[in-house]
Amino acid sequence: MLTEQKRLELESIANRIRESIIEMLVAAGSGHTAGPLGMADVFTVLYFHTLRHDPRNPAWDGRDRLVLSNGHICPVLYATMAHAGYFPIAELATLRKFGSRLQGHPHREFLPALETSSGPLGSGLSQAVGMAIADAMDGKTNDRKIYCLMSDGELEEGQSWEAAMLAGRNALFNLVALIDRNNIQIDGFTEDVMPLEPLADKWRAWNWHVIEIDGHDLDEIADAFQESKSIFEKPTMIIAHTIPGKGVKEFERDFHWHGKPPDREQAGMALNELRTLGGRIRSEHQ
Amino acid sequence: MTLNAQLHLNPKLFDKDVELIAIRKGFGKGLVQAGEQDARVVALCADLTESAHVLEFKKRFPERFVELGVAEQNLASVGSGMAAMGKIPFITSYAMFSPGRNWEQIRTTIAYNNRPVKIAGSHAGVSVGPDGGTHQAIEDIAITRVIPRMIVISPCDAIEARKATVAAVSTETPVYIRLARNDTPVMTTDETPFEIGRAQIVWTSGSPKAAIIATGALLHEALLAAQELSDQNVDLTVMNLSTIKPLDVDAIVALASATPRIVTVEEHQIAGGMGSAVAECLAARHPVPMEFVGVHDRFGQSGTPKELIEYYGMGCDAIVEAVRRVLRR
Repeated sequence: MLTEQKRLELESIANRIRESIIEMLVAAGSGHTAGPLGMADVFTVLYFHTLRHDPRNPAWDGRDRLVLSNGHICPVLYATMAHAGYFPIAELATLRKFGSRLQGHPHREFLPALETSSGPLGSGLSQAVGMAIADAMDGKTNDRKIYCLMSDGELEEGQSWEAAMLAGRNALFNLVALIDRNNIQIDGFTEDVMPLEPLADKWRAWNWHVIEIDGHDLDEIADAFQESKSIFEKPTMIIAHTIPGKGVKEFERDFHWHGKPPDREQAGMALNELRTLGGRIRSEHQ
Repeated sequence: MTLNAQLHLNPKLFDKDVELIAIRKGFGKGLVQAGEQDARVVALCADLTESAHVLEFKKRFPERFVELGVAEQNLASVGSGMAAMGKIPFITSYAMFSPGRNWEQIRTTIAYNNRPVKIAGSHAGVSVGPDGGTHQAIEDIAITRVIPRMIVISPCDAIEARKATVAAVSTETPVYIRLARNDTPVMTTDETPFEIGRAQIVWTSGSPKAAIIATGALLHEALLAAQELSDQNVDLTVMNLSTIKPLDVDAIVALASATPRIVTVEEHQIAGGMGSAVAECLAARHPVPMEFVGVHDRFGQSGTPKELIEYYGMGCDAIVEAVRRVLRR
């Protein structure tokens, strides 16, 4: 459980990250909206509560590793990293622009603080498994965790299950993965495009410890990561049930927002909703 | 005639009873040697441990070996993840599956990610033999050399494969090492120098009017062709181009300047292979007439290695023909 003060602090940060996501997408004129907004709470808990990391020394060897498998939700990664102090928040406006460190899909050569370059779906978990195996070889399983964030749609890639089998067989308890279970993908709802349920059973069958949470409940998110630290028999999979587009009523649960940015008018509406906490308070911008 | 004395080549090279060792076997030795020299070296295999000659490494360093099952896509990306933690992974399978099946994972999670994973692809070429066309990788040079940063090496024999494997450890880039299944002539010796990116003139006779550039085990067929033509007063130079990328541009341009007729020889599709790489270089730097010995846009099939090399037009006779053609141009 988070303290009341910590919870309020994280809520506030998550809201600012959502604002940054809207601002950067409208400046970029392309990119993904639903996934980044839906994962803002998970990213906030990770970067401001769970992860062992040092934004001023991104190369610190003792840091936890975070692999973002579904690279297309990078606006939330970039926004969170900027708010955590990895680079100036003003740089978020360069997203997807020529010469920007914030490539349309993450590229670690442009932004060395990234652990991997990603975009093509289904390969992030394999890389995280490789990191966890290397740490197991070196007796470093207690020094740091390897985190992998994935989408639900990318589980349709067969490679995801190759990685799942290997992690389960090797009982990689230093590996913690999280699926953004928002039920949408480009062509529609996942259960219409290619059903994934029963999803938790599938991971249990491969010898994973599975935790299902509300991906917007900051306590549940923090508790799930905490629980994973007490599991020493198998890797942990957190299935985070999220609402795509979370935080902006107009965008929520609509798969059409998977891969497009808001226009200026929609962005203004969204920012107003975020800044007024859904109309509960007055925005200083009003 | 003759053989380049500075290279300390196998003196029994042209003998009927020249020693035959599979190129993949040389890789297996090299992998153990690399493992002994550098504790960061690890080996990953996708259910072909014995056949891909990783078994020796697995026995010597069981704690540094990872079995992945039949999962080549995972093989590439797990290798990338291990490299991210400071390991130097060798990922091993048949060339048809790695870099064949897992090309995008190699391109994105290894090369684009700039991770120094070494990819060893065994069973390249039609000389795989009876297994047939599904298992005969004749497209692998094309699909690896097109990837930025990738070093592509196609050793001519088991000894060169051992040296290439050890040398691959000290490059900070991804490397593809092309290996073959079948026992083939040992042409080099332990004393033969090897350096990644360095082509070698292995044979020169009289005042050559044409040159053969060969890669892989077919270098032996190229030498047999050179010997036969030499007996007919056709003088040649023969180059071993085991590093296909980065190309030894200076050596190739110098060769084309000295002998302005070139024949390339490889057990690979003509399209996109070593000959294409040489042609790209010479078209820009020093255009000369060229002939290409290799597979002409077809798939392989079952047969003995000898039958298949001859059927697809890559043996000594075909090389002699190609030299005669290029000399008429």
